[in-house]
Amino acid sequence: MKKVLEQIGVYKKDAMICVGLTTLEVIMEILLPFVTARIIDEGLEAGNMPVVYGLGALMVLMAFLSLTFGAFAGRYSASASAGFAANLREAIYSNIQTFSFSNMDKFSVPGLVTRMTTDITDVQMAFMMVIRVAVRSPLTFIFSFAMCMYINAELSMMFLIAVAFLIIVIGSIMVVTIKIFKEVFRKYDDLNASVQENISAIRVVKAFVREDHEDKKFSKASGNLYNLSVKAEGLLAFNAPAMMIAVYFCIISVSWIGSHFIIDGKMSPGDLTSLFSYIMALLMSLMMFSMVVVMITMSMASIKRINEVLMETPDLKDPADPVYEVKDGSIDFDHVDFAYKHGSGKNTLSDIDLHIKSGETIGVIGGTGAGKSSLVNLICRLYDVDKGSVKVGGLDVRRYDMEALRNQVSVVLQKNTLFSGTILDNLRWGNPDATRDECMEACRAACADEFIERMPEGYDTRIERGGSNVSGGQKQRLCIARALLKKPKILILDDSTSAVDTATDAKIRKAFAEMIPGTTKIIIAQRISSVQDADRILVLDNGRIDAFDTHDQLLKSNAIYQEIYESQIKGGGDFDQPA
Amino acid sequence: MNNYKRKVNTSEVLKRVIGYMIRYYKIPFVMVIVCIIITAIATVVGASFPQKLVDDYIEPMLLSGSKDFSGLLSDIKRLVLIMAVGVISAFTYNRIMVNVGQGTMRNLRDDLFHKMEALPIKYFDTNAHGDIMSVYTNDVDTLRQLLSQSIPQIINSTITMTATLITMIIMCPALTVISVITAVVMFSVTGTFTRLSARYYIRQQRALGKVDGFIEEMLDGQKVVKIFCHEEKAKEDFHRINERLRQSADMANRYANLLMPVNANIGWLSYTLVAIVGALLAMNGLAGVTIGTVIAFLGLNKSFTNPITQVSQQANFVVNAVAGAQRVFDVMDQEPEKDEGYVELVNAVIEPDGTIRESSERTNVWAWKHPHKDDNTVTYTKLEGSVVFENVDFGYDEKKIVLHDISLWAKPGQKIAFVGATGAGKTTITNLINRFYDIADGKIRYDGININKIKKPDLRRSLGIVLQDTHLFTGTVMDNIRYGKLDATDEECVEAAKLANADGFIRRLPDGYNTMLTGDGTNLSQGQRQLIAIARAAVADPPVLILDEATSSIDTRTEKLVQDGMDALMQGRTTFVIAHRLSTVRNSNCIMVMEQGRIIERGTHDELIEKKGKYYQLYTGNFAEN
Repeated sequence: MKKVLEQIGVYKKDAMICVGLTTLEVIMEILLPFVTARIIDEGLEAGNMPVVYGLGALMVLMAFLSLTFGAFAGRYSASASAGFAANLREAIYSNIQTFSFSNMDKFSVPGLVTRMTTDITDVQMAFMMVIRVAVRSPLTFIFSFAMCMYINAELSMMFLIAVAFLIIVIGSIMVVTIKIFKEVFRKYDDLNASVQENISAIRVVKAFVREDHEDKKFSKASGNLYNLSVKAEGLLAFNAPAMMIAVYFCIISVSWIGSHFIIDGKMSPGDLTSLFSYIMALLMSLMMFSMVVVMITMSMASIKRINEVLMETPDLKDPADPVYEVKDGSIDFDHVDFAYKHGSGKNTLSDIDLHIKSGETIGVIGGTGAGKSSLVNLICRLYDVDKGSVKVGGLDVRRYDMEALRNQVSVVLQKNTLFSGTILDNLRWGNPDATRDECMEACRAACADEFIERMPEGYDTRIERGGSNVSGGQKQRLCIARALLKKPKILILDDSTSAVDTATDAKIRKAFAEMIPGTTKIIIAQRISSVQDADRILVLDNGRIDAFDTHDQLLKSNAIYQEIYESQIKGGGDFDQPA
Repeated sequence: MNNYKRKVNTSEVLKRVIGYMIRYYKIPFVMVIVCIIITAIATVVGASFPQKLVDDYIEPMLLSGSKDFSGLLSDIKRLVLIMAVGVISAFTYNRIMVNVGQGTMRNLRDDLFHKMEALPIKYFDTNAHGDIMSVYTNDVDTLRQLLSQSIPQIINSTITMTATLITMIIMCPALTVISVITAVVMFSVTGTFTRLSARYYIRQQRALGKVDGFIEEMLDGQKVVKIFCHEEKAKEDFHRINERLRQSADMANRYANLLMPVNANIGWLSYTLVAIVGALLAMNGLAGVTIGTVIAFLGLNKSFTNPITQVSQQANFVVNAVAGAQRVFDVMDQEPEKDEGYVELVNAVIEPDGTIRESSERTNVWAWKHPHKDDNTVTYTKLEGSVVFENVDFGYDEKKIVLHDISLWAKPGQKIAFVGATGAGKTTITNLINRFYDIADGKIRYDGININKIKKPDLRRSLGIVLQDTHLFTGTVMDNIRYGKLDATDEECVEAAKLANADGFIRRLPDGYNTMLTGDGTNLSQGQRQLIAIARAAVADPPVLILDEATSSIDTRTEKLVQDGMDALMQGRTTFVIAHRLSTVRNSNCIMVMEQGRIIERGTHDELIEKKGKYYQLYTGNFAEN
């Protein structure tokens, strides 16, 4: 909560100005009925025109002041809340940028998007309400009550009864409904989830002719939501009548008692009219306050969700005295244990002891969940090990500056992304200063040049969001080219040619051997053909090293490798597998 | 759909929203209006009582010096009664309105969903799913405010204003002129500010959309951002679009926030004006105005201008809601999927003499019931699963034909494989058999019947489909398998799972067949989800199958399971398979090699290898990517 509020930053000034102006506005609003009472008593009743003019002019002036205060309060509340929201978004986004992979794994992308849009908009509206109304209603309440006391202390006690009644009734309604509303929101989320599911699976729904089935399911869920909402709002329906009872109680009691006071000469008829104005203002302020309470409670859930992201601290930190130079492309794993949930005991990698020389080409093979991706993710320190150490260039990865390390260890991720922008824009992620020629050269190495050149605008072709206008294989080749532009000492391909045909795959590997011979290359693949030419092949099984040897040796001696080889060669493999 | 630029006809849309509400809730809505009228009258009576008190009791008593309060007491008793009625009717309409508002929301959601399910696949292929989703999450939501708050508030205010106006005219027509002018000024001010803030509001929504899109794209690729140390640049870009959102949100709210103080103070100005003019009239004895009338009128003037201030607060909600409602109605107005078919799929009994008779029981023999209009006869054709394409042309839009002159004949039980590069049109063909899309030219016949004559639900029921991307639903594994045949017993489902090779891994799940799947089955691996999808198709037991093999890399062992499952499923069925694997292709009865929307080669594996054409090329390792 504190962390969230801190983000007001420079807009704190606007918020304070708004509060100040609102206070002035409220004072004007409170004084206005007082002047009207005097117009009636001293002007109209007394038949004194100059007083009417004088007080009329005063009222015009006060209304004008009140308008000015109000308008500027509104202006500053708008800028304060819009600024607060903008700062919050920026803070969340910046914090996400510091996240390590394991931080990111905790949040889903839609979850983060909701936090940065819907949740923040909620907080923005609530904040605007708070600095305007939450200041206004207690002030109105206090000032109105003070005026009532000033006019007639005894009658003011009647208001307290009404106020107590309202607080009890509205308060208890709030307590109950807020609880139900939380449940309503949950149901609402479920309903939306089922819509989402139907939209993405519409082909399945239609193929199985399940439109009616889905319709019924949805009606049931929306019926549940309806029942719960009616329950909550049905209680809220008591609010307005309760308010009316309070107002009417005041009108009647003030009329009855007040008229006695007037007859007894303790009060003037004008006082009575202003008393009525103050009762209304007083009770309305309570009503407004209850609305603010509801809004704040509802936005509490949003604040909590925002806070989760803001409070998340990156679990990887640069060392105090970082090394900026990576000596060479050698890699050493010294008895490494690794678990995604630290200390859970469920190790993804166990006792990995592995030594790779600079410039070697290493193939990695193994089933899903064998730990292939986890293994390579440790090299560029996307995660930290639990036990043992990973060294690059002879030095523990935890001693490098992270940016320096990642610039030398380039990973082409399995689930990779291109961004909207031209092909060149995307390539330059690898190196912002790369010339066009350098980009083209990288594309040649990745065998991406031939299809790029066939595109109408060549290297200036726009890539749509997520790379939706290029095929899977083209995307993979662009991603490889992008990684190459870093000119890394270590290049890791995490199943990055799965959608590329065998011939091209082989061509890419050949290009690597010729163009970047000094770079250590680690290739994870499902296809034997992608790794069989490697200097050595690592066979992983269940997070452990099963074997680490050449293709020929493995074929002779390793059972897992043999099995994979058999299944791919004997008709079970890909269509594009050479028989 | 996110077309914020288009002009929205506000009154038309509002009329439609209210019409929609009244359609289901005519009587409750009438009751609401009656109760609001009663409440408003009670409010007016209550508000004018203090004046009556001064004029009718206090002033005369002060003048006469009497202390007889009995008249006042009986008046108060009457007042209490009126107020009690007011409170009760206020509660009644608030309570009814909850049902009307929430009920209308429910109906709207149900109708929207029902309508959405009926839309053709094309709609889902051409609209971003996020946009469709936002109709449910954002647009329907804005209507809630309109229905449950704005509309009752507007009705209430209108009635209060009318009642007050009538009283004012009776009391003093001259002073009423001032009040009416004030009202006109307030309304025009409200209109102007609302328009101004609406303009920025539209900008804000657009900026919000931009921010939304940006974060979604960047966070989707956050790991890549990380690897390329691109964080600073990403922050800069974000700052730019975030700043635009801040500015538009600021401006939109500035104008919206002006409404309240401006209108409230115009109310005070009007009060002053009435006081001065009224005093002048009364002093000079003009227009029959007395001081008492002026004082009473001042109170009425306030009850007249207050509702305007309140209604003006609703203006922004109304603007938002109208824009939201427009998008909701846009979806509802979409043309639903058309079905002009009349041939039905029925259970049948085959008599010893070979004639086919319709049966009302489940016989596991199916036949097409084909009524002929001209001579009022009905013929039955046994469902066998032969599919014929005759010179079929197709394009997703009319101008761009993507499939050219496709002809093929799949006899019952045959397996037809399609191979070729991405974009060659393989998946498109499968979209035509089940009529997700309609062909532009040529004919497709199913058991000799033109598929356009077959009712779509019956056609689709007779086709099994396993898609490349597996979609599962929230529910248990069992529920998901049963999706293929809703009345399948548990045993049938398990049987299907066994056939699909899925039984083994399902039993190893924590709760076996009762394991809950959430969020499209993300707690399962890709391969496991495919196995469930195969089981789902198996339980439906259709004579014709369409299989789109997944290309995604699953590990070799699971892949073997998936393949064996598919092979088992294909036994004895006419199968169209978009193939990526050698084993699938090799034992096909016919392989269609596709390129740029045409079948360029066809034949068995051996024939095609013999031919040394494109297929040979693909097969020997020059297969373009998928």
